[in-house]
Amino acid sequence: MPDDVLLTATNVSRRFGGLTAVDRVSLTLERGEVHSVIGTNGAGKSTLVNVLAGEITASSGRVELQGRDVTRWPQPRRARAGIGRSYQRTTIFPRSTVFENCRLSAQAHYQQALDWWNPATACTKSTQLAHQAIEHAGLTGQAHRIAGTLSHGQKRQLEIAMCLATAPQVLLLDEPLAGMGAEETERMLALLAALKPGHAILLVEHDMDAVFRIADRITVMVNGAVIASGAPDAIRNNADVQTAYLGEIERPAEAAPS
Amino acid sequence: MADSFAARVVPLVVACALLAAFPFVGGKFYVDLMLTTMIFAIFALSLELLVGRTGLVSFGHAAFFGIAAYVTALLSPQSESPSVLWLLPVVLVVTALAALAIGALSLRTRGIYFIMVTLAFAQMAYFVFHDMKFAGGSDGRYLYVKPVLALGPYTLVDFDRPLTFYFATLALLVLVYALLAAIGRSRFGHALSGIKANEQRMRAAGFSTYPYKLAAFVLAGALAGVAGFLYAVKDGYVNPEILAWHQSGTVLLMLILGGIGSLRGAVVGAFLFVVLKELFQSEALFGGFAKHWQLPLGLTIIACVALMPNGIIGLPSQLRRTRVPVPHAG
Repeated sequence: MPDDVLLTATNVSRRFGGLTAVDRVSLTLERGEVHSVIGTNGAGKSTLVNVLAGEITASSGRVELQGRDVTRWPQPRRARAGIGRSYQRTTIFPRSTVFENCRLSAQAHYQQALDWWNPATACTKSTQLAHQAIEHAGLTGQAHRIAGTLSHGQKRQLEIAMCLATAPQVLLLDEPLAGMGAEETERMLALLAALKPGHAILLVEHDMDAVFRIADRITVMVNGAVIASGAPDAIRNNADVQTAYLGEIERPAEAAPS
Repeated sequence: MADSFAARVVPLVVACALLAAFPFVGGKFYVDLMLTTMIFAIFALSLELLVGRTGLVSFGHAAFFGIAAYVTALLSPQSESPSVLWLLPVVLVVTALAALAIGALSLRTRGIYFIMVTLAFAQMAYFVFHDMKFAGGSDGRYLYVKPVLALGPYTLVDFDRPLTFYFATLALLVLVYALLAAIGRSRFGHALSGIKANEQRMRAAGFSTYPYKLAAFVLAGALAGVAGFLYAVKDGYVNPEILAWHQSGTVLLMLILGGIGSLRGAVVGAFLFVVLKELFQSEALFGGFAKHWQLPLGLTIIACVALMPNGIIGLPSQLRRTRVPVPHAG
């Protein structure tokens, strides 16, 4: 197995009572690759991200990070080991500055929880990481703005910056383009392209144009299960995928007369 | 930068100077009242670490105040003055252990459930002291001799002398305030603020939030123990009412009056509450109505909360905001 495979999910399932939100999903994330997961609403994409990040535990199956079994690891431990995630709904510290949002995220690697004397801002490693993440995400001029006052697009950038501030190797991005305008989408895609060489990226996204432009591999989920996985061209021409997506369009038309 | 530093430090230095000068100008009654205020200020500061800093609304904080007061009374010998050097550390360790046990269990819940579980634990502590013979039941227990701080033959601090007690309490108030101010700037304090603002994000960044919350809970309990110790020594008497739920509510009200999220607010809130209570209890001012002091006190608190949602400390910025001209009003 090449060193570049950072995250491996094997037959991962997550059940909520009688509902199987994620059904025996297997996938790998490699450094230098954007792996996109697409599917209709309720296909289990966000649940999959939550299971990989450790926010909820898998009901069965196995998650490995660089060959280590992390299936039972709680989320904070996985995060410190290199799994960073962003949220579909913006999840920031709204009353702090952009800088403090990133600095506090970076502090996760230098916690020193029993140092009650030195100021937090004296930790040069976390402030450096924060500045780098802010620059990388294209928020340089906004460092001292209060996060809650940013525009929607900037908040989405901050969401990525906070993720980068923890210096992750694996990025799990849950709809980073949601609600973004054309210009902001271009900027975010350029950022993802710049991050690609050093990271393994899982991209859950509804914007199909963006997905087919940037993804190296695409996995399609329907009702929690993977129906197809492969290169963008192969997915585009896959009969099952076409049925799944076209079926979605036909159903309302059939239902309309009643 | 220098200006904001001065703006922060000058009021604190002035407040300390005023508190230090007060015993030399105030009457005996008022000095005693100020001493009570300072003890409650320490109590309120300890809860501020939980409520204001970490976002954990505990409705059972009086448990630690009361446990510390009881342990102080129970461990004090009948005749010879105990040394503060062993008595206070033992009281604080016992209180911190109680906070560790109660915190470990109640922090498994969140929000309204956390409020209810902390209340339930405090009520359990109340009934332990209320129903146990060794603690004197509902009659409480007396503390016959007050502790001293002695080095060899020299008595440095004798808690039996009112002026000494006053300054020892002031010193402890300053110490607790300084500790909490340092924590507020530290990585620990910033992490607690992060937990208050967005615990989910903190976990995603790599912070195991439960140990942080437990550490804050234990520290807050121990600092409430400092206040409980001083309270028992001051009055020389403890009874179960000091861990009853009204006491937990009182200290929460002090924070709300002063302004949640600020150390100064906690101190100002404690001061305001004690003064208001004393005012409405005064028969000289209100005559026979003074025995219904809870009614005007409650109404005043409701009015304060309605008019100053951010407390006394938030009043200046609140006034500044309303003075901003509204261009298209009406």
